[in-house]
Amino acid sequence: MPEPKKMHIEIDKKSCKRCGICQGLCPQQVYTLAKDGSPEVTNPERCTNCHLCDLRCPDFAITLEVLA
Amino acid sequence: MNRPVGVQFMQGNEACVYAALDAGAKFYGGYPITPSSEIAELSAKFLPQVDGVYLQMEDEIGSIAAIIGASAAGKKAYTATSGPGFSLMQENLGMAVYAEVPVVLINVMRNGPSTGLATRPAQGDVMQARWGTHGDHPIIALSPASVQECYDLTLRAFNLSEKYRIPVILLSDEVIGHMRESLTIPERDQLEIVNRKLPDVPVAGYKPYQTGEDDIPAIPPYGTEYIVHVSSSCHDESGYSHSAPQTADKLVSRLHRKIEKNKQDIVQVEWFGPEQADLTLIAYGAVSRVAKQAVVNAQAQGLSVNLLRLITIWPFADDEVQAALAKAKAVLVPELNLGQVVREVERLNTFGTPIHALSRIDGEILLPAQIMEKIKEVLK
Amino acid sequence: MALSYKDYLEPSQLPHMWCPGCGDGIILRAYTEALAELELAPKDVVTVTGIGCWGKADDYVSTQAFHGTHGRALAFATGIKTANPDLTVVTLMGDGDAVTIGGNHFIHAARRNINLTAIVTNNYNYGMTGGQYSATTPLKSKTTTSPNGVAEPGFDVCFLAEAAGANFVARTTVYHAVALKNLIKEAILHPGFSLVEVISPCPTYFGRFNVHPSPVNMMNWLKDKAVPVQKYREMSAEEQYEHFAVGKIVVKERPDFYTTYQRINGGQVAAEEGDGNGR
Repeated sequence: MPEPKKMHIEIDKKSCKRCGICQGLCPQQVYTLAKDGSPEVTNPERCTNCHLCDLRCPDFAITLEVLA
Repeated sequence: MNRPVGVQFMQGNEACVYAALDAGAKFYGGYPITPSSEIAELSAKFLPQVDGVYLQMEDEIGSIAAIIGASAAGKKAYTATSGPGFSLMQENLGMAVYAEVPVVLINVMRNGPSTGLATRPAQGDVMQARWGTHGDHPIIALSPASVQECYDLTLRAFNLSEKYRIPVILLSDEVIGHMRESLTIPERDQLEIVNRKLPDVPVAGYKPYQTGEDDIPAIPPYGTEYIVHVSSSCHDESGYSHSAPQTADKLVSRLHRKIEKNKQDIVQVEWFGPEQADLTLIAYGAVSRVAKQAVVNAQAQGLSVNLLRLITIWPFADDEVQAALAKAKAVLVPELNLGQVVREVERLNTFGTPIHALSRIDGEILLPAQIMEKIKEVLK
Repeated sequence: MALSYKDYLEPSQLPHMWCPGCGDGIILRAYTEALAELELAPKDVVTVTGIGCWGKADDYVSTQAFHGTHGRALAFATGIKTANPDLTVVTLMGDGDAVTIGGNHFIHAARRNINLTAIVTNNYNYGMTGGQYSATTPLKSKTTTSPNGVAEPGFDVCFLAEAAGANFVARTTVYHAVALKNLIKEAILHPGFSLVEVISPCPTYFGRFNVHPSPVNMMNWLKDKAVPVQKYREMSAEEQYEHFAVGKIVVKERPDFYTTYQRINGGQVAAEEGDGNGR
């Protein structure tokens, strides 16, 4: 298990089509879905920087950034 | 390869290949079909010798696709076929018009429809050359009537294609393609070779389909610093898809305009016989040779007949045909179909000039005597 | 400066037109990510597409591009690559383009071993025209033109390529996003005809009619269906019918068409050389 890093996760709301893949498949439950289906980053401290959410985002809407 | 120069004796199909190589062609993609196969065979032999590639594709759909791809990548490219293969090429012929990719198609016409008489001549693809692909589009088609013209017009087909960025069809036929006679091949330095123009604007902000007053885009091959987006879908000047009504109108209008306004450069005809005659024959391809003999025979019998030979079939020689219709008392159009060019002549007849057709569709060439018989009937 | 996948996307054309949860965006991400990691300049890459949902992909890239007619992408690409072997040519096709209307070009490009890469997105149906069945739609699946189930079995795209002689054949899914990117990289680097078949969800049509309309459920369905190729080969026929193999299926070193063409026409091919397929 990699050491969790401090992450900043940016969701581009203009590109997001609310498919739910990021939330549904995140191994660490970093995301929750709002009532309208929009993903929200509610547990950023759990992110392990595995990048599966942004690689699987069909809309190029997620950017992960490791905070120093 | 040893390039033949001066007076040579060869077949029409062979002359096409020597002209293609002289034009600078480096790529052939095709599928063998009678009566065009000699073009494939000679291309397969010579292209590797000039650092070119002969690619025998799986069908004619793939053949035209491969030459369009090769041309977009910067190689002058051509194919040869006959009726059935020409039918299969139609969809991508439209793509070449729309995306403005220069290619040359040699269609050695045979008797149809369908498989028809594979080894017999016809002129049944005149309208297919014009309207075979869907949608409004311009096209250039040239019709050789001799082995010399197989050479000259193949070279010209490449030049027009490169100049106007449009596919050019050499509408040959089985008689011309398989006939052997002498021709003169010029010295290399006597040849006029046209190459597509390249952009001279900065790379940043370059739009491949942005044109100046000439309406002809300057598009480099793939691999330069310029990014080129070639598309079969409606596209704007960037080449990227754009489906606004005004984009569709602007693109197709420009495609037509770039050919229409250059008809003087593109359209070639030959007048044969007396300047003023009671009857004008309008003919093209193999039949125009027969028509010439008929004119000679008619004159010997004191009949007043001349010939307007169409060298460029598309765009149609409207002005020249109207001049014929205005001057002659009657016009006769002999052709190896049930009436394709004659309909174009009728379209232009604002003079009330009687127009007669002479058709032959049995896979045999019209004979001078048959045309003579019709001349006498018309002039009676 | 290191290139990012974003350097291979055309921002003015985004967001794309694909449905929520469509796998096409995930594959486009993997493709552009692979180009960035290979440090290929956009000007040296030609992205060739056909028609269909995945056929729209060229509109979103900043590489050189050729958007051809339906099913003919590989034939156009054959001309492009043969005319200029220095270009990196990648053909993006759906199951319609690749093995249905364009099946003839697919087997012949593989047989000739044209040195290019085909990324085939297989979503088991024609999404663009409203969810009709294609030549990969599994037997009995419901589509808009097979309301009671399709009466034809589907092609196995990888086995088709293997039988035709392809040099590199791999399959993965959009669920396996990291493997997807790595296989595309490997395919581009492998000389000769290389294929990456990507099983991809169409939640809007195929999923809704046959599996589930939820993108997340479709992703999990892909995970459950996919088994590594070694394991797949040990499965019974009944088990195989319920699954598909993922991973590298074929890796060969047969010389590509252009190399062979140059050598044969230069008289450099020894008489005892075979065709690389054991013939």
